[in-house]
This record gives sequence, structure tokens and C-alpha cells, in this order.
Amino acid sequence: MSRRFDRRTVLRGMLGGGAITVGLPFLECFLDDNGAALANGLPIPTRFGTWFWGLGTNKEQSTPLQVGPGYDIRGELEPLRPVKQHINVFSRFATRTDGRPNFVHHSGVGILRCGQAPTDSKTLPNETIDVTVSDAIGGASRFRSLETTATGDRSHSYSARGPNAVNPPEVSAVAFYQRVYGPEFQDPNSPTFTPNPELMLRKSVLSAVLEDSSRLNRTLGSADRARLDEYFTSLRGMEQRLELMLQKPPPAEACYRPRPAAKDVEEGTNWDLVAARHEALADILVAALACNQTRVFNMIYSWAGANTTRAGLPTTHHTLTHEEARNAQGYQETHSWFVQRAMQSWANFVSRLASIREGAGTLLDNTLVYAHSEHDNAQMHGLDGIPVMTAGRAGGRIRTNIHFEGPDKPATQIGLSLMRAMNLNVGTWGYGSMATSEVVPGLLA
Amino acid sequence: MRVRVVLVSVVAVAVVAVAVWFAWSRSEPVVPAGPATMRMITTEQYANTIRYLFGEDIDLSSSRFPLLPRKDGLVALGATAAAMTPSTLDMFHRAARSIAAQVVDTAHRSLLLPCRPDSIATADDRCAREFLSRTGRILFRRPLDSGELDTYVGIAGRAAVDRHDFYEGVAYALAGMMTSPKFIFITDSKAARLSLFLWDALPDDELLSATQSGALDDARGLRAQVDRMLASPRLEQGMRALFSDLLRFQDFESVTKDAVIYPAFTFEASRAVHEQTLRMMVDHLLVRQGDYRELFTTNRIFVNRALGLIYGTSVPVEAAGDEWIAQRVSDSRSAGVLTAVSFLAAHSHPGRSSPTQRGKALRESFLCQKVPDPPPTVDFSVFENLAGKLTARARLQAHAVNPACKGCHLLTDPVGLAFENFDGAGQFRVSEHGAAIDTRSQFDGQPIADISELGRAIAADPALTACFTRRLFAYAVGHDPGTAEQEWLIWMEGRFAAHGYRLKEFLQEMTASKAFSEVGK
Repeated sequence: MSRRFDRRTVLRGMLGGGAITVGLPFLECFLDDNGAALANGLPIPTRFGTWFWGLGTNKEQSTPLQVGPGYDIRGELEPLRPVKQHINVFSRFATRTDGRPNFVHHSGVGILRCGQAPTDSKTLPNETIDVTVSDAIGGASRFRSLETTATGDRSHSYSARGPNAVNPPEVSAVAFYQRVYGPEFQDPNSPTFTPNPELMLRKSVLSAVLEDSSRLNRTLGSADRARLDEYFTSLRGMEQRLELMLQKPPPAEACYRPRPAAKDVEEGTNWDLVAARHEALADILVAALACNQTRVFNMIYSWAGANTTRAGLPTTHHTLTHEEARNAQGYQETHSWFVQRAMQSWANFVSRLASIREGAGTLLDNTLVYAHSEHDNAQMHGLDGIPVMTAGRAGGRIRTNIHFEGPDKPATQIGLSLMRAMNLNVGTWGYGSMATSEVVPGLLA
Repeated sequence: MRVRVVLVSVVAVAVVAVAVWFAWSRSEPVVPAGPATMRMITTEQYANTIRYLFGEDIDLSSSRFPLLPRKDGLVALGATAAAMTPSTLDMFHRAARSIAAQVVDTAHRSLLLPCRPDSIATADDRCAREFLSRTGRILFRRPLDSGELDTYVGIAGRAAVDRHDFYEGVAYALAGMMTSPKFIFITDSKAARLSLFLWDALPDDELLSATQSGALDDARGLRAQVDRMLASPRLEQGMRALFSDLLRFQDFESVTKDAVIYPAFTFEASRAVHEQTLRMMVDHLLVRQGDYRELFTTNRIFVNRALGLIYGTSVPVEAAGDEWIAQRVSDSRSAGVLTAVSFLAAHSHPGRSSPTQRGKALRESFLCQKVPDPPPTVDFSVFENLAGKLTARARLQAHAVNPACKGCHLLTDPVGLAFENFDGAGQFRVSEHGAAIDTRSQFDGQPIADISELGRAIAADPALTACFTRRLFAYAVGHDPGTAEQEWLIWMEGRFAAHGYRLKEFLQEMTASKAFSEVGK
């Protein structure tokens, strides 16, 4: 974890979600007709991201008792108190598998990210919601999207274009810094701009490669042709991003360069290592958003069926959810302890975004984060009412500080609402009984 | 009594002899050609190919690509389905640029380029063409046609003029080739199969020449290439890749343990566990050319300083951190790869052993049996209140009495309990929480007294060699064999048996078979 005490740290407040400084209230009179705009008249981009934690919550002592605006914070959600005004909580929405098996610690992710239950225990059935959003808005930034995981495991990503096309995550803050802020970083606020002639050459190389390989297609079977099409799409995207980098980037007043991570957090699954890795990655990710390097991101705190540990406990968080007896209040205490660690990191992530001032508000005001887990009642692999939250206002298109209760409405209503908030023209989302064309009432501003 | 034993032995020998003769004498069953495959190159195949092309001192730290999914037990099969994403292609392009820059830097250019340009400050199509046609042939696994060559020579020329540097121009062209799908996606061919199977790399110059001359289509020519590849030091890198895939090492990239419970399982130890197993397998199967089945009974292990702590054996202080020493452990404490720390620790909890996970891994990795996942709605409350249940045997009793659990856990727990003399970090022990450990168990009906008996029972199980045959074939050809290939697999296993289950001969037999050469269209 970086330890520095500069102006920004003070602005951001204490890590750990204690006192935080929030930007000025976001005033809609500052916005033009199309959404948020900076003082110089340029629109502020809206960002979209996901934040995942494994094994849900003990809803007996976490779900707010009050429904609607200004809900109550209790139990496991206590760490969210300082950022509650930015957060919506969704409870009792339905996630149905439509006759497909409940692949434990996996089906819930598929339903919430893809709009349908997976057909196997490993892959996701179709493109995830972040990919749909990045296809719509990700082309205008240097990276189409940025994926990070605090688990240290390179296979942990819930961002995919299809069952066999998973977006690989960054696990190392050192490598992540290099990727974003290495020699290719162009400071959007630099007074001068000289197009890098090497980028022009690279772009012409890619065009030549594309042309040279376009005939490959003819000799392949249909599945492999589809895989090659994915390749060509990726290559064209890379060309477009190089093209973009040949133009002067629009200024980003909130942009700053984070401190380079000197070394990575040591390997391991102990909760404090996971939390430290999360902070180190979030440090760079939030700065990358402020600098418009990407508009879409995915952060994984812990994997579904989390293998997070605590020194001295013989098993993982996951095994504990199955083996720990419920206490007199009806919940699992050690499981709850792990959930609170996740919620603390989530609160830190939100307050970090809220600490960056941008336009008349904060970076968080121009961001929409979709946070969720994979089970409700992990002990029994429950799928009803998987905990879901959002943070941020998507440039004023989302209301916050509300507890929405589904009862039995498809959870895809949440995903659909978020895509609409991101200005995507999506009529219905989801498949089978999870298909919906209705948004969550009262969520969109 | 003695007469009966002798009689049984004679009959047994006769049965084996007849089976071997039967397998030997039969000709290869005909199998339909499998589907044409297109594999995404793995990080290791990429590295092995770059090292072959440009030498050992190229820095490959930027060439770490996403993990490929496992399909039907093998990453090699997942590679035939893995698709590209923008971030993955970004990684390939970054790696390509980093390697290309190194190839033309002042330390390497005179060694790695076959010619010198007339002028260093501008394009030189002749020299660029010479380098790119040689290199491109390896990268694309065939000679480049004139159109392709013109494309890449053209890139080199334009970039050289633009940058006033011939070598920079070559680097742009090389990076382009290494970003091309013609390099990243490996379409099926006999040469590619051979090379990926035996060396985990793209075909080398000689193998490509054998393809071009037609020698590879002839049994003798093929055999000559296979023998050359088996005799090469590169065989070890190929077999390490095969063993790593069979043992699912990718799924356990970092095995970590609770430092409070297992202080001996240090970071250094966790880094050494895969290497320990690979050394054991290479030593037994390649160096000593041992019987595959004895991999489950051998007591010869390799230890470095970090692992010495786990074995409680002293490794000489002179042994530096990366030095390995061969040792023999007591017979009663060993079952070859099954008692390697990588197996014991990976299939355990962070702070305790897991007979269930070990039993499941044993069946799935070595016997090709599928243990069903637990039903999602299983009632775990039977596991609450484990107080007073000191040993794993006592804790797992709940599985045996609960009808919903019993079916599947009968497959895993009894066999897994034979491992209980090893804790979650792979350390030998005789008691748990002060209670004596009882390792008596059973494997498919046979009573088992301890781990070494289990090793012998696994070694004698026909499913062991049938599974190895199946996985090797799938790994080699890139698809999971179907029912039409069952008869062929039985035949091939017979060939394996006829050679005393020795690996090199098995590789010869498999690569010489029609099924291996039958490349789908």
C-alpha cells in the first residue's frame, strides 16, 4: 500500500473510510443539455465500472430495514456509512436460472453480468455488461477497458466477450502503472502536443498486418472463423486507438499521475494482502479514469467462493461459510468479519473516486459503478436476492442514496437501468425469464 | 498354499502375455480424422520459439499472456477454443515490440541478422528480405509467399526511411509478423503437432524442411524426425509442459498456506513445489526411462533447501537456494508423485489437509474419472460444530452417514484418507490435534493400510495407463477422443504395455500412428 501524505491524500481523507472529503455538491445548473460539461465547454465523459466481491453478505444483519431514499446502515454495511450518500442498495431482486443447474459460485455472476445463467461451471454464456458498455463508449479512450483483480490470480476476470474470450486482468500494480503511465502516456493537460511519429508507423504496420491476414478466413471452419473475427475486431480497435493517440487529447482537469508502485504486495490470500493489493490497484485505476485513459473498468476484490484467509484460521472464507455455525442472532460471525473487510475496501474505492474533483462535482459523480456478489446465503448457495449495489451518479443520470427492494422483479432490471444511464440504446436485456425491458422505478434521474 | 500362489502367478503372467501379444499383433484400428484445430499460442510455446529463434538472452518478461482455459482436463485443448480480446492482443503487440527491439539492438543485430545493410541509415530491401524470410518461415511455419514477403519488406523499408535507421525498420516488420494471427494462431499440421507435442514450441528449421521435402509424409522420414526430436535436449521442455498440463499446475500457480499453521511452508517452498514434481518426473521417465506406473511407487525425490524444511531433512548448507539434491525417503512414507508436496499441498485447505480434495484430484488427474460436484442445495449444517472431532476421519464421518453426500464422497474420502499422514502443507505426521491418525482406508474395494499401499494399488490399476494414453493423445492432436477412437486408444495402450510403459517408446509409437498424422480438414 502506498503511504504518502501530499495534498491529494489530505483531500481524499483517511484510507479506511474514516473522515472523507467530498467534492462540492453537484449542481445540475452547471450542466448543458447533453449532460455534464466542463467550464471550457467540453463534455465530461461518463465512466462505467464493476466491483465484485465473493460470498455475499449475511443479509440478516446487513440489508437496510428501510426501503427508499435515505435508508439505514447497519451491521456488515457499517463501513459504507461515510459514503452512503453515493450508494444505492438493491435487495430481493430475482436471479433465476431458468432450469439450468445452479453452478455454485458461478451462476449468479452470469445472471447479473450476462442476463442469463451460464451453461457450465467455468465460462460465461455471452458478453458481459461492461463489454456491452465499452463497445458503445470505450472506443474514445486509450484503453477500451481496464481489468484488475486484487486476488493475485491471473485467471480471475468477470469481463468477457464470450465463453472463450476473457479480458485478462492486471494483478500487479507495478505492471499496471507501467501500462498506463509508462512512456506511452500522454498527459492530457500538457500545454504542448507533438504527435509521436512512431505511433503513425505502428498504425501503418497494423494496417499491413490486417490486410495481409484477411485472406486467412477462407480456409477455416465456422468456430475458428469466428475466433479470427474476434482477432480482426481487436486489431481494428488497436488501430483506432493509435489514431486517437495521434490527436491532442482533450484536457482532463482532474488528471494526475499517481505515485508509481515501488513493489508489488507479496503473494498470498490473507485478507490484509488482498486489501493492500486492492488499494494499490485502485490508486492507479482511479487516476487512469481521471486522466481519461479508459472509460470502462472492472475491479475484483475477491473471487466468487473467495479463498481469502485470516492468519490462524485453518480454512478459507469460502469453507467457513459452509462450516461455521450460526450464532444466536442467526448469522455466521467469522463469515461476517470477512464480509466487513470486503465492504471496507468497497467504501475505500468509492471514497477514492469521490475525493477527485472534476467539473462542478467529483469523479464519482461522473462514474457509475455496479457492485455485486454471486450468492445470497453462501452457506446454502442461495440465488435469491444476491446483494447488488451501485455507486456514483453517471453524470447526473442516476439517483443515489436509495434502497430499492425488488420483490421478485428480475435483477436484470438493474443492469438494463445502468446501461440506459450510460446512454446505451438498449430496449431489452436478459434472456428467458430474466429478459426485461423495464428499468428499476425511481433509479434513473 | 504355495502351489496356489504359483498357479495364480502363472495364470496372471499368461494373461498378460496373451494381452500383450494380442495388442502387438493387431494392426492399428482406423480412426476418422479429428476436427481441424487452431490453437492460440501459449506463453511457454511463445518463449520456447523465441529462444530458439533469437537465443536465451532475450528478455521475455513482457511476454506473459493470459492463462488459457482448461477443457476436458487439458489447457492444450482450451487453446483450441481461446479467442482474442482487445487486451490480449495488446499484450501480444507489446511483447512483439519489446522482442523486436532487442533483436535489432547493438548487442544482438550482428548475431541475429544474417546480413548487413549497405547503409545503416536507410532501407535495404535485400538484407531485410533475407532476415524476414528466414524468421517468417519459423513464425508462420511455412515459407512466406512473395506477396507476404513484399508486405513485410515494405514495412521495414518505409519505417527505415522514416526513422533513418535500417534496424528500426526491421524491428517494425518483425513486430508486425509477431502480431499477425498467422503467428499467434497455430493451424493444424503434422509438423506443428509433432513440435508442440514433443518440444512445446513451433517447428524448427529442420522439421519444416522435412515437411517441404515431403520426408515427413514417409514413415522413415517421420521416424527420423521423431528420433531427432526425442534425442534433443528440447524434449525436456516439451515433457515439462505436458506434465504441468496433466497435473493442472496452471490452476495452482501460487499455492499459499497459512503462515501461522505451517511456518515451514515458506514463500520459497511454494515456488519450489512444481519444480520438485517436474524433476521427479523428468528423472524417472526420461533420464532413467522408468515404467510410468512406478511414478506412483518411487521413493526417489528431489529436495532443495526450502523444501528440506517441509521434509524435516537437512539439505547441506552449501546447497544454494536453487540447488536440488536427490534423496530417498522411507518406502512406507512415499507414493511417488502422489506424495510430492505439489500434490499434497495444492489439494488441501490453507491450514488443514483435505482427503476429499486429494481423492478427487487423484481420480480426475490420473485415472480420468469425473467426480461430480456437490449438489448446490446440500445442507452443510452437518459440518457445523466440529468441536471434539480431532482428525479428518472423524470430521468426514458426516459424509458417510448423510445419504445426499455419501454417493460421491465414497469416491473421494476413503481413498483420500490414505494421505492423512501428510498435513495440508505436505509434512509427514502421525497425529492430528493429539489424536493418532489412522490411515487404513480402501480404494475401489481393496483394503489399503497406508500411502505406499495406495501407491501400489494405483500403479496396478488399469485405469492409470488408459488415462495416460487418452490424455497424451488428446494433448498431441488437440481434441478429446470420442467413441470412434475408443478402440484405437485400447490398441495404443497395448503398444504402451508392450514397451513396458516407457515414455520415449510410447512417444515414438504415438507419433508414428496414422491417427496422429491424420490432420483434419
